[in-house]
Amino acid sequence: MSSSSCNNSACLNEARRVAIFGGTHGNEMSGVTLVNLWVKNSAEIQRKGVETKPFITNPKAVEKCTRYVDTDLNRAFTPENLSAPGGDNLPYEVQRAQEINRIFGPKESPDAYDVIFDLHNTTSNMGCTLILESSKDHFNLQMMHYIKKAIAPASCLVLLNEHPLLKYSTSRSVAKHPVGLEVGPQPQGVLRSNIFEAMRVILKHALDFIELFNEGMEFPPCTVEAFRVLERIDYPRDANGNIIAMVHPNLQDCDWEPLNPGDPMFQTFDGKTIRYHGSGTVYPTFINEAAYYEKQQAFVTTRREALVASAIRKI
Amino acid sequence: MGSWGGAYSLADLTAGFKGGTAPLQFPASQNSEMEVDEVVCLPRLPRVAVCGGTHGNELSGVYLVRELLKAEKKVMEKEEEEPLSVLMVLSNPRAMQQCRRYVDTDLNRCFTHAKLNGPIPDNAPYEIIRSRELNATLGPKGNPEAVDLVCDLHNTTANMGLCFIAYSDCDWICLHIFRHLQRQMPDVPMRYIHFDVSNKESYSLDSVGKHGFAMEIGPQPHGVVRSNIYTAMKVGVQHMLDWVRIFNSGTIFEGGCVDVFTMIKHIDYPRDNETRNITAAIHPKVQDRDFCLLHPEDPLFQTFSGETLRYKGNEPLYPFFINECAYYEKGIALSLARKRRVTIPAIRVQTEQQQRANEQEFASEEEE
Repeated sequence: MSSSSCNNSACLNEARRVAIFGGTHGNEMSGVTLVNLWVKNSAEIQRKGVETKPFITNPKAVEKCTRYVDTDLNRAFTPENLSAPGGDNLPYEVQRAQEINRIFGPKESPDAYDVIFDLHNTTSNMGCTLILESSKDHFNLQMMHYIKKAIAPASCLVLLNEHPLLKYSTSRSVAKHPVGLEVGPQPQGVLRSNIFEAMRVILKHALDFIELFNEGMEFPPCTVEAFRVLERIDYPRDANGNIIAMVHPNLQDCDWEPLNPGDPMFQTFDGKTIRYHGSGTVYPTFINEAAYYEKQQAFVTTRREALVASAIRKI
Repeated sequence: MGSWGGAYSLADLTAGFKGGTAPLQFPASQNSEMEVDEVVCLPRLPRVAVCGGTHGNELSGVYLVRELLKAEKKVMEKEEEEPLSVLMVLSNPRAMQQCRRYVDTDLNRCFTHAKLNGPIPDNAPYEIIRSRELNATLGPKGNPEAVDLVCDLHNTTANMGLCFIAYSDCDWICLHIFRHLQRQMPDVPMRYIHFDVSNKESYSLDSVGKHGFAMEIGPQPHGVVRSNIYTAMKVGVQHMLDWVRIFNSGTIFEGGCVDVFTMIKHIDYPRDNETRNITAAIHPKVQDRDFCLLHPEDPLFQTFSGETLRYKGNEPLYPFFINECAYYEKGIALSLARKRRVTIPAIRVQTEQQQRANEQEFASEEEE
């Protein structure tokens, strides 16, 4: 989307092509269910002037109700993978990444889709979370501001992962404006009605925003409160790499609440407390996500930051 | 912090549950044959097995048995007054390694007499081979060599608290252990579930021992260990082993009453005729309300287009295993049970004389 400054607004092209990804992780059921529903009947996601395509990104993983078959699809969109030769000999998800990049990309080209919503669930008590990959994506910032206002007093928080090392190559990163939608807590393989409905409502408002923007509405400058990813904290492990402690009961389910130096963080299997010894207060999230045990992550720390979005309108 | 169901918790987790009480008088209508102070004498329990990882992604049991195995190594030298042989078993190591429920087939359905005996093909499912190894170590099922008690550790995504699941509603050992845990752990919601399945048809690991039950604790997502759930399991197992030692030492346990939930039927999700995909989710009014009485015409499912589907049974029943992840593929959205109060007699361990007489009687029965 090319942009230019006109009268202090960022002028952006209309968002004409939008995709909704479900099943990037085959056992995160809200997205799988919603996308399957919309593939059958897309009336709910249609908006004037927008082509919205629902799409199951990892059908084999969905069929087996597993996170992935060979490798995590949501880490697979690296430049190396996207240009790797080898066709059928490549891991399944790398093949899928290349296919998705063909249909919805190419990544970083002018032909890429304007917006991709990637639907996820987490076992963590994160509530509704929107995941942002760049603090300078004013379109996305305005969209997230719109969504937060629309669902108030219910809450929807914004997680910013712009960390040079911890940032990863997501399915949605193929688009010009990637939006992650993470709703929890929900066990893998389970469909909870309230979680499903919450995700559905957020998408409704997101698509409304796009329609309004395309119709010419101007969105004035605004501030969006976000949580910026700082670092990943692993479980305490023994010399063989086995986990020797669990998330402490005081921290379990306390996503987005302040964790202060000295607060309990882990509890060993024989009941001892291990405390947080960082230099300042942080806001943990992704606390006790099932899929992150193998990625050496018990939770991530974040800090609160007010992101400023400039005014936007369509060209 | 530390509320039982975490972010799922509801105000009324204990609805439908009455703790077991222990009056010394039995209600006359319950069991007129039983005299008030009759004590049932039962054989000693010298060997107990604690099994974890029967489903490889039910992590409380996996971590607990690993920890107990570590601790065991440290206290090997220490001599017990009343040696109780406790076998710690990790039932399905390959599934544990992959953090999956099973590799080829559900291990906890492999323990029928039919599956344990007879020829195995060369490419038999991993779990069939494993079930025979476990039967050799802990059984053989139905044989006097079998361990005296099997406690098989499980987790569920359903909001069930701590449940004993057993095939019998008159195994006094299991019922007394349950009552002991209820009294020792009053803050933990606890129920006794009875699957009315004959010995011939019993299929789970706990059926290999002379006595056995599954200890099922939820809610916990598969692949996750929640500290409150782990701690409840650890404490529960400890109390169970304590009870066995106390029982073996000759203590009399007074009789009383236990509420037992007997499984009556399962209900599947509504499904699309062609694809068999589910077309509705558990209704928000039922989600997390395990053991809260479900009445005919109560909301049960909510379709994806927002329609409410109602429970069409003709009697109120107690739901459990509501929205258990592993049961989607088994065609179970929830199970339903009737509750009734079971009277349990006072029990104590048999004297050596009684034990010998018992064994002789058993031997002569076998000869006949």
